[in-house]
Amino acid sequence: MIGFFSWTWVFDHLDDIWNRTVEHLLLTVIAVTVGLFISFVLAAYVLRTRRAYGPVTLATGILYSIPSLALFAFLVPVTGLSILTAEIGLVSYTLLILVRNIVAGIDGVPGPVLEAAAGMGYTRRQMFFGVQLPLALPVIIAGLRIAAVTTIGLVTVTALIGLGGLGFFILRGLSLFVSPVGTTQIIVGTVMSVFLALAVDFALVGAQRLLTPWARSKEAV
Amino acid sequence: MIEFLGEVVAWFADPAHWTGVNGIPNRLWEHTQITVLATSLAVLVAIPPAVVLGHRKRGGTFVVGAVNIFRAVPSFGIVVLALPITVALGLGFGFWPTFLALLFLAIPPMFTNTYTGVAGVDSDVVEAARGMGMTERQIMTGVEVPAASPIILAAVRVAAVQVVATATLGAVVAWGGLGRYIIDGFAIQDGVLVFAGALLVAGLALVTEVGMSYLERAIVPDSLQTAGNEVAGIAV
Repeated sequence: MIGFFSWTWVFDHLDDIWNRTVEHLLLTVIAVTVGLFISFVLAAYVLRTRRAYGPVTLATGILYSIPSLALFAFLVPVTGLSILTAEIGLVSYTLLILVRNIVAGIDGVPGPVLEAAAGMGYTRRQMFFGVQLPLALPVIIAGLRIAAVTTIGLVTVTALIGLGGLGFFILRGLSLFVSPVGTTQIIVGTVMSVFLALAVDFALVGAQRLLTPWARSKEAV
Repeated sequence: MIEFLGEVVAWFADPAHWTGVNGIPNRLWEHTQITVLATSLAVLVAIPPAVVLGHRKRGGTFVVGAVNIFRAVPSFGIVVLALPITVALGLGFGFWPTFLALLFLAIPPMFTNTYTGVAGVDSDVVEAARGMGMTERQIMTGVEVPAASPIILAAVRVAAVQVVATATLGAVVAWGGLGRYIIDGFAIQDGVLVFAGALLVAGLALVTEVGMSYLERAIVPDSLQTAGNEVAGIAV
């Protein structure tokens, strides 16, 4: 890699790299948070109206299979080269995975547990927040990890509509291509994006361990 | 909005957009061609070793770790990163960096899903086959591969759709394909061109998804239908 990679460029641009990493993380957090909220609404609807599961999966599945560049391109004439375009696209990709995992997680709560809670006089709301949601958490977080990691990869594509986080370096490196400084920027953008994804994935695993202490004690046995 | 959609319809109706290098038939052909080549080569490279390793149940930890890391690799970065590599190898830009990136991105999910599918075949079934005197090779081709076929074929479908999507990004490294319209449309700020390109790309991705699903239904044994729905993919 010597000759292809310029450490000097990296050390001269640490501020720049940091700012783009933060921007990348911010774009991701917004997308996943909004995606999670919409998915909870959709999942709540599906859990009450089972017939809706097919159509909801079909619609979110179609969104998921549309290539990201095409999805951004559809939105550009409507919402312009803006953060809104990027976020609508990014949110769309989280829905299939999140809805599926929320529904599967809630469905996976054992019947006897629900009966026990009902016998103790839990209301529907208490049942949801006190029993179903906590027990479904591992499956929901598993979905959240996939959604977050996928989103981090897709954020790089938004460089083509003027945003991009770390994707900015990839695009700028391309414009300087076949120069060591250009290649360095492509590598920095790609590798930092992978690191960011792994860090976020790791953080979500940690969050799951904190939020589900009972699962931890089971692991120890 | 209605006016805009009218312009998009007019774009499609213009005979000039149906001929020549930049015409829809040629761009569609380029896109389909690279998709078929990359997906087929990835099948040949990824699936046989995955079947053998899945049969021996070797390297499971590696496979699980690799799934997470590869999901984290941004396809846009890989497409662009392939460019200095192909230039250094003397293969230039356009087809080769796109092809190399597509292969690199298609192989891991196919490998890991096939591995998981084969390793997950009921060990009682494998033991029964062994007890009947089948050789290890016969067990793989006659028992494990058919039993894991829903997962293997679903993995090929997911990879093919991803390849269609990533091939769109090939336009940034001077490859043709349908992504050309979107990238060129951005460059000259032509919303109609961008939208028309997006329609074509999304259409091709959905046709690939549906076409591969039919192929799966035709190939997978009846008793195993619907078993391949939980295959891991990455959006691109």
